[in-house]
Amino acid sequence: MLPWSIGVVWFNAMEVVAWVSVWMVGWGTNSAFPLVGGYRFLAQGLAYELPHMFALITVALGAESLDFGEIARAQDGLWFVVWMPVAFLVYLLSVLAMAFWGPFGHPVGHDLAGGAVLELAGPDRLVFEAGRYALLVVASAAAVPLFLGGGAGPLLPGWAWALVKTYLVLALLVWVRHRLPVIRMDRFMTAAWVVLIPATLVQMLVVGIVVLG
Amino acid sequence: MRTVVFWVLALAAVGFGVAVFRVDSMARATFALLASFLCVGGTMVLLDLHYLGVLVVLMMIMEMMVMAVFMIMYMMNPAGLMPMSMLHNRRGALIISGAVLVALVAGVWTVDWPERAGRPPGDPTRALGEAVMGAQMPVMIVVGVAILATMVSAVVLATDRGRYDGGDR
Repeated sequence: MLPWSIGVVWFNAMEVVAWVSVWMVGWGTNSAFPLVGGYRFLAQGLAYELPHMFALITVALGAESLDFGEIARAQDGLWFVVWMPVAFLVYLLSVLAMAFWGPFGHPVGHDLAGGAVLELAGPDRLVFEAGRYALLVVASAAAVPLFLGGGAGPLLPGWAWALVKTYLVLALLVWVRHRLPVIRMDRFMTAAWVVLIPATLVQMLVVGIVVLG
Repeated sequence: MRTVVFWVLALAAVGFGVAVFRVDSMARATFALLASFLCVGGTMVLLDLHYLGVLVVLMMIMEMMVMAVFMIMYMMNPAGLMPMSMLHNRRGALIISGAVLVALVAGVWTVDWPERAGRPPGDPTRALGEAVMGAQMPVMIVVGVAILATMVSAVVLATDRGRYDGGDR
């Protein structure tokens, strides 16, 4: 029913559902620490979402389309990662944040004895963790058509290159997991609003000028 | 098929809207309202306004979660864990909502609805945008950026030296 032409908006809408799910898990278990974890994730969401959206808008502006396929095709000559490096870095950061992964794991932090997932066990925990890993994988996969030229590459067919690139992005994110300390939300909020939002806006301005020129 | 989906979405939207006033906590009311808005987003998709429909879904989810943040900032029952009534000023609300309902129903029955002339456009979202904004499109885009810049700078100014920014910076 939904056309491919709004793929990026749909992707954005569905990833925001993570806010609802983490907060609901935190609130629904009727326990103090998980609730704090849920609220931490909301604060994190407010911090990462605006730079993330600007990164997506920059890509859409560069490709003049919201269709993942069109965006991948628009990178025929030059991958977006080359001339939109700021947007790509912000995108990777926000993927870590939306899956509350590694340095952004404050909502499920050890200082909260497990945070939002504290009370979950058995199948509940399995579903929650599966969703979290799926979010990380899907967001890594989305980076391929958004920034890394989709299926473009020598020798191998398109789908194989898409898979290889997805795994490379995913490997990077998984590698980061325990190599950076966990960031406190209020600090990241300051960094996101004072540094990342202006940086992505400048990136968008550059892309806009290139597209118009 | 579309008719069935429309009625399901419409009834669900109204049903969740009623639920907002029947449940006994801020959190439940928030999510009932969210469900109602999601049904409205579905209705817009049904009108082939795909972009706007998905945008409604995206914005309403974020908006309701921001409401949850406000809940912890301002409510006497920040967690929403204790039952509380969602009804205030019952008599006034009853009068106002009754008057609005009467006005709307009167409007529905008295207005001469136009017959459809022509067929729906190929891209209803574009047609709607042009109908609403028309020649003012560039102005609206500039105003949009200005509003965003105002919001960001207002928040940056407002959060300077907040409650938790004491000695660690």
